[in-house]
Amino acid sequence: MIYSNLLAFIPLLPLLSAIALLFLNLSRFWISALAVGSISSVAMISFFLNYHFWQQTDFVLIANLGNWINIKQLNISFGLYLDSLSLVMITIISGVGALIHLYSTGFMVEDKSFKRYFTYLNLFVSAMLFLVLADNLLLLYLGWEGVGLCSYLLIGFWYQDKNNNLAANKAFLMTRIGDTAMAIGLFLLFTHLGTLNIQAIQVQAHTVWSLSDNTVASICCLLLLGGAVGKSAQFPLQNWLPDAMAGPTPVSALIHAATMVTAGIYLIARNSQLFQLAPDVLYIVALIGTFTLLLGASAAMVQSDLKRILAYSTISQLGYMFLALGVGAGASAVFHLMTHAFFKALLFLSAGALIYSLHHEHNIFKMGGLFKKLPLVAVSFAIGCAALASLPFTSGFFSKELILAQVVASNHNELWWAAVLGAFITAFYSARLFFVVFLGKTQLSPDKTPTKAMSIALVILCLFSFVGGIQPDGLIALMPPLNADELSVLQHWLPIILPFIALSFAWWMFKTERFGKTQYTALKGIHQLLKSGWAFDHMYHIIFIKPFKFICQLNKHDVIDLFYRIIEKASCGFHKLFSKFQNGKLRNYNASLVIFCILAFAWFIGGELIT
Amino acid sequence: MIPISWILFLSLSLFFIGIFGVLARRNLLFVLISLELMLNAVVILFIGASRYHAPSIANSDGQIMYLLVLTLAASEIAVGLSLVIHMYRQHHHLDLDKLNKLRD
Repeated sequence: MIYSNLLAFIPLLPLLSAIALLFLNLSRFWISALAVGSISSVAMISFFLNYHFWQQTDFVLIANLGNWINIKQLNISFGLYLDSLSLVMITIISGVGALIHLYSTGFMVEDKSFKRYFTYLNLFVSAMLFLVLADNLLLLYLGWEGVGLCSYLLIGFWYQDKNNNLAANKAFLMTRIGDTAMAIGLFLLFTHLGTLNIQAIQVQAHTVWSLSDNTVASICCLLLLGGAVGKSAQFPLQNWLPDAMAGPTPVSALIHAATMVTAGIYLIARNSQLFQLAPDVLYIVALIGTFTLLLGASAAMVQSDLKRILAYSTISQLGYMFLALGVGAGASAVFHLMTHAFFKALLFLSAGALIYSLHHEHNIFKMGGLFKKLPLVAVSFAIGCAALASLPFTSGFFSKELILAQVVASNHNELWWAAVLGAFITAFYSARLFFVVFLGKTQLSPDKTPTKAMSIALVILCLFSFVGGIQPDGLIALMPPLNADELSVLQHWLPIILPFIALSFAWWMFKTERFGKTQYTALKGIHQLLKSGWAFDHMYHIIFIKPFKFICQLNKHDVIDLFYRIIEKASCGFHKLFSKFQNGKLRNYNASLVIFCILAFAWFIGGELIT
Repeated sequence: MIPISWILFLSLSLFFIGIFGVLARRNLLFVLISLELMLNAVVILFIGASRYHAPSIANSDGQIMYLLVLTLAASEIAVGLSLVIHMYRQHHHLDLDKLNKLRD
């Protein structure tokens, strides 16, 4: 019982603190105390739950916050459901969230809208916790939209700049495409299964549908996948994420790297039993993941904006998680989600510290030789890059190796090769990023050093990125991994050796000063293509926006309204005709009176005569 | 005893002369006079009809009707003429075709 009460506190505390921040007029110290305090207490609660349920693999904790909708069949409650999957998620959200809140108190210290920032951030954490704790899909959808809203608000946080607003709109609209698909999926699930409770859906799906009769199940899964693709920035809805970096850097770390973008992975992992009914859709998931991871990695290779590199690398790492989900290894996907949250938050926060120290400079080619000037940032960046490149014994190593092994076990060789190629590129661009920023000639010198709060957050995240490579037992029990055959020597050693080859290649490129320059014209074209993220923005502009604009141009005079305008014209005409009679000429009135009297008499007398 | 058809004929002729006056004259004063003519035509019909239906001298329904209509005509002409005087003071003419400002 006491645990249920604790569970109810988890999403409510940040919500209450957001409301309090909205209405109270506090000083900066109390704002930070309230915001950081609420998330930290949630983190404490989730660590306590972790401690308590560490040994148990199949525990379930339920709490009910009240009824939402209660109409005949449709019973929706604010029900919370905690099992090992959501426990991992709330630990990531509250843990990373608390560190990023702490970091933000330093990063945003000079900003005028300090209170607004923390209100949004707390609201975001609350919505995200509702998303992962929801026991029905509608409450999950509420959280899903809530995080979308907060993401929009925070991308456009510095709203005076028009570009930020455009980026926010883009992110909101593109995720909306996916969300619409997901909403339709929910309706379809409810009509066919009669319930929206997630656990009931998993059970019902297997009684209503079967592997041989899975058309509707496949459609449902595809629609849910649409939502996941939008939120997790996968192909074909991936290009909002690089633009989303317009927001403050801690926001990019929390929302667009560590937590919100992983909601799609969570959604598929949560409904893994439903997805098992649709193997074709799972294969599509794997294909989307593979394509996106290559796309993201290759685009990250040529960017010059620090945050865009990290954004593309996030897209690519999310691709790995989709790949893992697609081959049926949900546990390793969530494991990679966890390690990725740690090291990507670390990378973003150290990038934020860099940007903070260098007067909001984003171009990596204007940095260089910062190792000695900012040792703490450099070390944390190095650890983050190492984990991203999955060098042995970092957290990223364990999770990525696991995913690769699971891909082998699922007998998708072509996907394995693509994933390994992606791993090579990943190691290459992480090395490039680190070398260009921290080694070489000094160009800019920092005039500020990160504040104490920022340093604490960085150190703790460094620790997590190193030792976070322990897969929670509960996950394996919940989503059993595939039984891997013995890996061949090549399959075992290639992913371990490749990052080192990539690293030395990058080192050679760096030493011969080949980064940032392309000599050959053929390469220049490819460079340009990769830099624009495979020109998807341009493509969508031609495929969707231009025809839409053209149709708008055609319809400038509102074709459909023509019909109504005819009605309007007719009544106007009749009005003009009849108003001729009202001309104020008394003799005309008299004449018509007499004429109609005569006609009436004639009609009356004529009728009399006939009868 | 004058036959009823003569009275009908007289009444109808007076009435149509009145109508013609109302329709054809443009001066407001003459329109009012034509209206009086029409009223009188109706009253003649009343008296003739009462004589026709009850030939005794005691039946004076028509004459009573005549008194009522006379009162009505007197009050109507009182109001009408005062309006005409006002109109003449404002517009300096009594042309009906130009007095159409109430149209809008």
